[in-house]
Amino acid sequence: MSVKKKIENLLVTANRRLNSEYFELILQSNESLPGILPGQFAELKVDHTEHTFLRRPISFYDVNTDKSEVHLLIQEVGEGTRRLGQLEAGEFLNMIYPLGHSFTITEGTTFLLVSGGVGIAPMLLLGRKLKEAGKTPVFLFGFRSEKQWFDLSRFEALGEVFITTEDGSIGEKGLVTSHRVMNTGRFDGYYTCGPVPMMKAVSSIAASRDIFCEASLENTMACGIGACLTCAQPTVHGMKMACTDGPVFNTKELLW
Amino acid sequence: MVDMQVNIGKLVLKNPVTTASGCFGYGSEYTDFMDISRLGAVFTKAVTGENREGNPAPRMAETPSGMLNSVGLQNKGVDYFIEHIYPVLRQYDTVFIANVSGSTLDEYVEVAGKINDLSGIPAIELNISCPNVKKGGMVFGTNRQSAAEVVKAVRKVYDKTLIIKLSPNVASIPDFAKTAEGAGADAISLINTLLAMAIDAEKRKPVLATVTGGLSGPAVKPVALRMVWEAYHSVSIPVIGIGGISNATDAIEFLLAGATAIQVGTANFIDPQVSVKILEGLKEYMERHHFSSVSQITGNLEMPEGFERFRPKTF
Ligand SMILES: Cc1cc2nc3c(=O)[nH]c(=O)nc-3n(C[C@H](O)[C@H](O)[C@H](O)COP(=O)(O)OP(=O)(O)OC[C@H]3O[C@@H](n4cnc5c(N)ncnc54)[C@H](O)[C@@H]3O)c2cc1C
Ligand SMILES: Cc1cc2nc3c(=O)[nH]c(=O)nc-3n(C[C@H](O)[C@H](O)[C@H](O)COP(=O)(O)O)c2cc1C
Ligand code: FES
Repeated sequence: MSVKKKIENLLVTANRRLNSEYFELILQSNESLPGILPGQFAELKVDHTEHTFLRRPISFYDVNTDKSEVHLLIQEVGEGTRRLGQLEAGEFLNMIYPLGHSFTITEGTTFLLVSGGVGIAPMLLLGRKLKEAGKTPVFLFGFRSEKQWFDLSRFEALGEVFITTEDGSIGEKGLVTSHRVMNTGRFDGYYTCGPVPMMKAVSSIAASRDIFCEASLENTMACGIGACLTCAQPTVHGMKMACTDGPVFNTKELLW
Repeated sequence: MVDMQVNIGKLVLKNPVTTASGCFGYGSEYTDFMDISRLGAVFTKAVTGENREGNPAPRMAETPSGMLNSVGLQNKGVDYFIEHIYPVLRQYDTVFIANVSGSTLDEYVEVAGKINDLSGIPAIELNISCPNVKKGGMVFGTNRQSAAEVVKAVRKVYDKTLIIKLSPNVASIPDFAKTAEGAGADAISLINTLLAMAIDAEKRKPVLATVTGGLSGPAVKPVALRMVWEAYHSVSIPVIGIGGISNATDAIEFLLAGATAIQVGTANFIDPQVSVKILEGLKEYMERHHFSSVSQITGNLEMPEGFERFRPKTF
């Protein structure tokens, strides 16, 4: 019952530098966009690099249906993401989308969206979806330092935003899991995306409070469409595929 | 109009462009992107006797012009295949060939026997070359006596077209090609992945949980091409060429080396429409070179004067 996947060349309409590590790509389709849900991703073809062979999976950061535009928030970590960072308006980017199983909107009213680093990417669409469903999203973002911070006004328009940095250069000093907002009982559930140790810590707090928790995983992938079985994720229900059964999983299911 | 039809054993394929086992799921993963009935055939993911969880994660490493995988035959077993997957495959106007794998001779025989009863599956590809399982798999494909035994045993219970998939992890391809032919194979396919390794220098750890895995993609193409050429000159049954094929030119090179048909594997991950593009490119090549039938390309290679290793085959 899923939306038909497409392979398409999208036009780069803007590439905005957000800080020394992150950039935001805005891409336009000349057709109307398929339905894109928070937590879903695209497989991007990276051309003109020496070593990049496979596509690169990147989550949807924002979607503008009226303009047929999608936004991606990307951190430069290697050759592929560095090349994507060099794309200029007017170039085309080939992508396969929309892929994967999205975050679920569940019972309850107030939810904490916890991310580490570029794990912030899927949280904007999710926050918006929660708001549309009449719920209250609260954001808690962990960054290494001020250097990873950028203008968060799009999040602030949706709900309260809390920040931690490892060095205390902005927000509260420390890890997201030690932030005071995590130690309140006001949330009906957590959504999390970021480094695995962080997501595990968030998941165990959820378990101790017996509340809902979903995590978006970043397993390495070859095909992104369920054909190669390389993105395996062990779960209580056996091996699952991160690209089709995930990338979003209920943390109760995960054996990680 | 060019004639694209090819014959492999009793099997008639509408064209020589097929997709490789483990790289195209059960076909349905690709229907959003292309019409899979345009393919000569789809080779399914491995089918084994029992449900297999496969290997632990991580199972994939990107390498220069290729990738390593250590999936390890993950599938739900032959009974599940017959009950749940086969009925879905029957809905497509596509030839499906089951890739049969096992850890023991009995397991190969059991799976092949059960699939023999399925009227909609006209052929099997016996995978005696998987580098990603501890027991069996490649053991059968790298020892001539075991290879002969398993092919003979399966031949007894399987009367449709039997294709044997050879391992590249051997010293002599001609020896194994001849062994398969002698034991009753209708065709051979090669290559499966090359046993390989990737290391993360920063972490000082192997990338794959299984430490070693199988290399595929353009990186293996020249090796595969040489092996297909050797196999073609060693046997008189059809050879199916596999290994790094990513465009029509690659496919044509394999046909010239002696392949009757080709399989597209890893390239599907980068471009899910690549197999139909290869088909189009092949037709264009045939028109440009005035070939009326695709079989005229197979082995049609002009050798340097005085080259004596293989005598040219006559058509
Ligand atoms: C479903 C999914 C959604 C993602 N969404 C985003 C996103 O919205 N924004 C974003 O910036 N990144 C995202 N990622 C991660 C992104 O895909 C990788 O950072 C990217 O593939 C790295 O490519 P590269 O060529 O730049 O780096 P490479 O040269 O391939 O690797 C450079 C370094 O990054 C590490 N790395 C590579 N791939 C991953 C990965 N999948 N996860 C964690 N570390 C990795 C490698 O171990 C290596 O140390 C997502 C990953 C997945 C699976
Ligand atoms: C992810 C993956 C899974 C594979 N699974 C199987 C399998 O189940 N059975 C098999 O015979 N070969 C399997 N193979 C091998 C391919 O069918 C093919 O022989 C090999 O990848 C070389 O071709 P390529 O370079 O075009 O991919 C697999 C390859 C890959 C990359
Ligand atoms: S990436 Fe191929 S199955 Fe998930």
